[in-house]
Amino acid sequence: MKRMTSVLAVTTAAILGLSACGGGSDPLDSSSPAASGSASSGGAVVIGSADFPESELLAEIYAGALKAKGIDASTKPRIGSREIYLKALEDGSIQAVPEYTGALGFFYDKAFAETDPEKVYTSVQGLLPAEFAMLEKSAAEDNDSIVVTKETADSQQLKTIADLKDKAGEMSLGAPPEFKARPQGVPGLAKTYGVTFGSFRELTGQALVQALKNGQVDAANIFTTDPSIAENGFVSLEDTEKLFGSQNIVPLVVKDRSEELAPALNAVSKALTTEVISGLLKQTVTDKKDAKDVAAEFLKANNLG
Amino acid sequence: MIASILEWLTSSATWSGDSGLGARIVQHLWYSLLAVAIAAVVAIPLGLWVGHTGRAKWLVTLANSLRAVPTLGLLFAVALWLGPKFSSDLAFLIPSVVVLVVLVIPPILSGVYAGVEAVDPAARDAARGMGMRGMQVVRQVEIPNALPLILSGLRSAFLQVIATATVAAYVGLGGLGRYLIDGIKTGDYVSTAGGAIVVSLLALVVDGLLALVQRAVVSPGLTGGTVGRSRRGRVLPEDTTATGEARERAMDGVRGPAGGMSEVGGTVDTPKA
Amino acid sequence: MTWVNDHWGDIFTLARSHVWLAGVPLILGLLIALPLGWAARRWSRLYPVLISTSGLLYTIPSLALFVLMPIILGTKVLDPVNVVVAMTIYTVALLVRTVADGLGSVPDHVLQAARAMGYGGLRRFFGVELPLAVPVIAAGLRVAAVSNVSIVSVASLIGVPQLGNLLTDGYDRFITAEIIAGIVACVVLALVFDGLILLGERLLTPWRRAQVVRS
Repeated sequence: MKRMTSVLAVTTAAILGLSACGGGSDPLDSSSPAASGSASSGGAVVIGSADFPESELLAEIYAGALKAKGIDASTKPRIGSREIYLKALEDGSIQAVPEYTGALGFFYDKAFAETDPEKVYTSVQGLLPAEFAMLEKSAAEDNDSIVVTKETADSQQLKTIADLKDKAGEMSLGAPPEFKARPQGVPGLAKTYGVTFGSFRELTGQALVQALKNGQVDAANIFTTDPSIAENGFVSLEDTEKLFGSQNIVPLVVKDRSEELAPALNAVSKALTTEVISGLLKQTVTDKKDAKDVAAEFLKANNLG
Repeated sequence: MIASILEWLTSSATWSGDSGLGARIVQHLWYSLLAVAIAAVVAIPLGLWVGHTGRAKWLVTLANSLRAVPTLGLLFAVALWLGPKFSSDLAFLIPSVVVLVVLVIPPILSGVYAGVEAVDPAARDAARGMGMRGMQVVRQVEIPNALPLILSGLRSAFLQVIATATVAAYVGLGGLGRYLIDGIKTGDYVSTAGGAIVVSLLALVVDGLLALVQRAVVSPGLTGGTVGRSRRGRVLPEDTTATGEARERAMDGVRGPAGGMSEVGGTVDTPKA
Repeated sequence: MTWVNDHWGDIFTLARSHVWLAGVPLILGLLIALPLGWAARRWSRLYPVLISTSGLLYTIPSLALFVLMPIILGTKVLDPVNVVVAMTIYTVALLVRTVADGLGSVPDHVLQAARAMGYGGLRRFFGVELPLAVPVIAAGLRVAAVSNVSIVSVASLIGVPQLGNLLTDGYDRFITAEIIAGIVACVVLALVFDGLILLGERLLTPWRRAQVVRS
């Protein structure tokens, strides 16, 4: 009995020791910022991110800029899709997250129809829950797009999404799973363009790029800033009807911290353009650099970090 | 929540179409069957050979250590590696099946090996004394005697593969995993829960069917007192319900002959009392 | 290898969370499975019920269990407790039967001898039955440990970081070295757990070592 207890104790201690030796950031420590509920102003700030590289990179940039202003900021990368990280923002697990104006509009209003960047921004302000606040949007835009390979574009004579109308039935579309259900996704393609693909394959990230390249899908829903579009000579089909609206990068924060976070994050928004974010993304996705390092270089170059 | 899950499960919209529940179940079973079939072709002869000759027991240990490989990681690695090599949908199917095969080789191999190894040496000697040779001993004595453990290995393989075939959805395939992943991605937890329930039910139904098969094919000479007489040295209380027994035996494979990582099979049999 | 060399810090941090998320449920699961397993032995009608229930629990896909935890527990979506509770459920599911069978493997004559020596009730359980059942329980615990380490990696799909993040990030950015590093780290961790349990088993069963030495 004694032996039993002591061995149990030793094992427990070993596991605790092994996991505690790196400092106080163990995941079960309820006093860590990640678990401490909606912290009122002055405390630590956790920047969440979606599970794709650009969002992770932006979260690192936000956190770095906040730290430079003396705010105790950390990141919570790869939380998941919008449906999940907004829940985390709501329950206080995170205090800020990089977002896209139009996507927020579609999220809170299924019939959202604004496409002009300014109008999108102002009308989304009115749609947000009371406890959230959008800071200033950046000029940088990362929109959804439908891309095909150069060969497909040439052989099928595709320039715009509308050109797919009579051909999509024979084609397969690869896209993240959420694209199937979102109003500006598969349903939107059908409603706005009358385009319905013959089959749908749920893929994300570089796996989707590879699938398009290798011919497992004929068209793919890839973000416009994705460096693999240029690298592989993919053709982005023009969204003539503005189905995907405007998707300016914008910090979404909890309202009770917005004043405190605004100076640093608005400065970041000011420094971001579509070319800048595409260039940075190329470094993490193509050159496989760490988001943290790329963010630090960007902040330094812009006197933000 | 429970009401909406029930509604989801019984709604005809859920079931119909190419991406309906019916089609997803068929896909799910297809991946599972394919994986178990391939694994069985590899693991059954191997297990018979190791058990029969007593050689290369490290193979069983090696197979068991495969259990430590995270399924998700293996899937991603194989998908990255093989993806560009195929231009058809095989690029998604092969990685998923490879991962599932790796997952179910250990329980099948351990079951076969433990079954053959546990055959009473006296029975083997008697067979030899009757003039039987190597393969004859294997076919007429060892396999029939080992059948209960071979089958529980297979049943445990099926339970695991059905619960895990959901991973195929990570790399763009169908199956019931679609409900889990798509549900999470779109915040539709009702279909996530519904999908999970269907996975569990499917596992139980398949296991129940295999239990019936097991009952039908195992020699009546073995069913009565096997458990009591075998080397496991434990007598289980009678369990009268078919499904109860089904699961109980199936878990055997998950935990029993499969054993720990660094010992050859049968770790659970070891208390030398 | 360069990727690994540049990221030892990250790997270590993630491994630490992984140890927590896989290890704590192992201990909690064992603590819960002990009384349940004992009850299954004590009241034989409970046995099939407990075994069936645990078999059923084990078939629930981990991703679904992780995601549904906040709804069931009322916790926050990113709370690591969700993973710990889910993993504890799996551990209990694996261990209840092991504990029950382990206790059942203690021969009757030993129990009778213990009773004759005046051991009764709790004292007999902790002093005789449980120590003798250690080998069987340890074997089950090893299976649970290895399975936990593997399953926990799925938690990166619900935003709880651990070694699985190397897998998902590596897949998203096509960094093979990162995926391989994640796999190897998981296997190493599983081996460490396995070794610790083996060690604990040896310490708890000195009589088995004595046998080995003599033979």
